[in-house]
Amino acid sequence: MATMKTRIAEVLERNEAEILSDWMKEQATALTQRPDLMKESELRQQSTRFLKLFREAIAAGNNLIDIQQPIWEPVREFIGEVSRSRAIQGFSPSETATFVLSLKQPLFTRLRKIHEGQPDYLFEDLWNVTVLLDKLGLYSVEVFQKTREDVIGRQQKEMFELSTPVVELWQGILGLPIIGTLDSKRSQLVMETLLQRLAETQSEVAVIDITGVPVMDTVTAQHLLKTVTATRLMGADCIISGIRPQIAQTIVHLGVNLGDVTTKASMAGALAVAFKRMGLAVGPARRQSGETA
Amino acid sequence: MGEILLVTIQVDMHDRLATALQDDLANRISVTRARGVLIDISALDVVDSFIARMFGDIAQMARVLDAETVLVGMQPSVAITLVEMGVAMTGVRTALNVEKGMALLRARMDEERADDDAPAE
Repeated sequence: MATMKTRIAEVLERNEAEILSDWMKEQATALTQRPDLMKESELRQQSTRFLKLFREAIAAGNNLIDIQQPIWEPVREFIGEVSRSRAIQGFSPSETATFVLSLKQPLFTRLRKIHEGQPDYLFEDLWNVTVLLDKLGLYSVEVFQKTREDVIGRQQKEMFELSTPVVELWQGILGLPIIGTLDSKRSQLVMETLLQRLAETQSEVAVIDITGVPVMDTVTAQHLLKTVTATRLMGADCIISGIRPQIAQTIVHLGVNLGDVTTKASMAGALAVAFKRMGLAVGPARRQSGETA
Repeated sequence: MGEILLVTIQVDMHDRLATALQDDLANRISVTRARGVLIDISALDVVDSFIARMFGDIAQMARVLDAETVLVGMQPSVAITLVEMGVAMTGVRTALNVEKGMALLRARMDEERADDDAPAE
């Protein structure tokens, strides 16, 4: 093992500049090169740094192919950094992995040169380098994936927060337009925000508008009913509006009993009911006598 | 407060306290001939099924004694808990705060008085 380690380290050290230039060429010709996303100088910088860390790790380590060892820490960290930045820049996973994997060819060429006539050594070294670079490549994809997942998770959270706005339609009337599918997690949030706002504003009527809910199933209906019951317990009333024809049909087909919940086809209808309950009336504005003249 | 009894619950309800309240309230209603009972539970953070049932019982009992019960100021978390437990408390009227509860009771009494007056005319 020790001899092999020194052999590879030696190759890397002696031919660093050559390997680097070959590697750069390799990356440039690879189909996965994205000049639109990354400048050549930046790529060169990354490559130089990776090669240096890689060489140091090989020279210092005694177990070549276990990249979990602390000696590989700087290399992993660097790959993580590169993969993360590429994920954000918009590279694809294979483009990211190619950064590491394309080092194989220049390295193999050098190894072949110094091991001429010694197929056993050559094979041993090639195998180890392959395993090592593959692991590093996979690691870079892993980091890439994780970065993407983080982005997705964050977006999901943001959407979640945006998805339940409670608006005050009138003093004492709250409106809650729901857009998108109501799953149990979301309806829980809807219920919580609505009740919280009811308590804060001391509103008497809440209008839940489900125009933006694409499908209605028994679970969704159940959640809606629960929300209505909870608002009633708080001492407020709840009107459901924006029921589209298809959804009305589904509700009847499913045999969901909406009970004594007030339902209206449109938000305007619901608002009219709410006004009536609160003893308010909306009428045409009377013109001033001066204006008519 | 006139024909209305106001009950404010300030401490955590435990079972014995709840039954004591129930007894006390029944006596007070009959002594004062109250027509309405207002229970303010805005300070109550935790409600279990027993307490919820007790509120239902109080409402029924009050109705037997010809008084209307209104539960006011329920916390959102309490409402959610009750709904999740499947307690709908259909027999109990609710209002957002004491003021609105009072208005509700007054409206009901006025209605009754109007009904009483109507046949006499």
